[in-house]
Amino acid sequence: MDEAFIALDRVQHVYGGEGGVLAVEDLTLSVREGEFVAVVGPSGCGKSTLMKLATGLQFPRAGSVRVDGQAVSKPVKIAGMAFQNPTLLPWRTTLDNILLPLEIVEPHRSRLRREKAAYTEKAEALLASVGLAGFGPKFPWQLSGGMQQRASLCRALIHEPRLLMLDEPFGALDAFTREELWCVIRDLQAARKFTVILVTHDLREAVFLADKVFCMSARPGRIIAEREITLPRPRDLEVTYSPEFADIVHELRSHIKDARSGVH
Amino acid sequence: MTSKQKIALAPWVFTLGFFLLWEAACRLFGISSFVLPSPLQIGGAMWEYRTQLTFHSFHTLWMTFAGFVLAVVFGLLLGLALGSSKIVHAGTYPLLVGFNAIPKVAVVPILVIWFGVGWLPAVLTAFLISFFPIVVNVATGLATIEPEVEDVLKALGASKLDIMTKVGLPRSMPYFFGSLKVAITLAYVGSVIAEYNASKYGIGNLMARASADFNVPLLFAALIALAVLGVAMYAITAWVEKRMTGWAQRSGFAAG
Repeated sequence: MDEAFIALDRVQHVYGGEGGVLAVEDLTLSVREGEFVAVVGPSGCGKSTLMKLATGLQFPRAGSVRVDGQAVSKPVKIAGMAFQNPTLLPWRTTLDNILLPLEIVEPHRSRLRREKAAYTEKAEALLASVGLAGFGPKFPWQLSGGMQQRASLCRALIHEPRLLMLDEPFGALDAFTREELWCVIRDLQAARKFTVILVTHDLREAVFLADKVFCMSARPGRIIAEREITLPRPRDLEVTYSPEFADIVHELRSHIKDARSGVH
Repeated sequence: MTSKQKIALAPWVFTLGFFLLWEAACRLFGISSFVLPSPLQIGGAMWEYRTQLTFHSFHTLWMTFAGFVLAVVFGLLLGLALGSSKIVHAGTYPLLVGFNAIPKVAVVPILVIWFGVGWLPAVLTAFLISFFPIVVNVATGLATIEPEVEDVLKALGASKLDIMTKVGLPRSMPYFFGSLKVAITLAYVGSVIAEYNASKYGIGNLMARASADFNVPLLFAALIALAVLGVAMYAITAWVEKRMTGWAQRSGFAAG
């Protein structure tokens, strides 16, 4: 496919009006539909700004943002989001938390009440696919951090978004849980073929999951390197111990190092 | 006896001990009932004036409750307005703080000029004194929504109203119910102050009259009635709070 699903073209974004902080400048990148893209960079480089721009939560000062062939002028409505903090609502059960997006997005919104049983079944199937079968009636605080993050992924996917935005979703988890969740998101993406933009600090995570990795510079952020990851799919966790994998991680590491020291 | 039983018994023993000490002191030092009546004399006065005390207690209860309900409705609405709009918040907050700083006793004479002596000044004083904590708490609950949750919903095309009803309102409920405990106690203070100054009924009015008659045992009996009523109202709102926002207590029992 030549047509880009998401295209940012020479985007500039400033926080706080005139004389504010320049978050990103001359940011250009494009993502094809169904592609798994990771964005890495030093902290404060504007990765989260990139997410807000691509979902229509914020609009650029200069340059253009196009999603699905249209210039973004309002929230895109085709995106699901998950963050480092699971942000489940504590007064809702896990199941009701997952159904939340359906209470917002049409056509589900108007159908939800009538077809509650069908939607509940769908949510439970989704829970089962991330290893949380039977946890629907539990409240979020009764789940471990890893389980909450799984539920948060379910909430991001329940309305079958074409675009999944992940902002360091595994950052607060222990190493083993993190690797488990890599496999969860890998399998979900392989099965459903949605487009993913993953913002992360973890280079191994980026290389393991993504088809393409973008490296961003220190603020104001822009893309300083783009690396196709050609490791064959399906990828097993074993691949993370192979020399090819280590070479790619090493190469990306040197880009980040340059970005931090401001060589670019 | 286990230490658990001892703890359960302690409030009763201590309360009883307090009154026994009081009684003993009154007898030992021969304190006149005109200065400090003993608990037995107060009990006697409570029995003697039981119909009056009951009647006036219920009147006070009504005034407090009516003012409190007004405060809840108004406080909730204003809190929602403050919490959902930065302009409304910035504009009204100084006014609110300034208004809250006025001791409400000072407002009673004005209310009397406007509405005459009767039930209205009592209800209004209870309302005026108790709505502020509700406004502040509801506004705080709304203002502390996690930005990530807001982003998740906004990216789906949620309106401001959606975010308010799905996240803001439930989120501010623990703050709201927490403020009710403070508000009911304040409303009570308000209605008694107004009754004392400008009413024909209510415990406040009974006290004003007992004070004019130098009927000190009745004054103390009314005081005890006030304490009992106050504790009861506090307990009820605390119970409601626990029932309505069990999820915020984060205990294993709440899931039930």
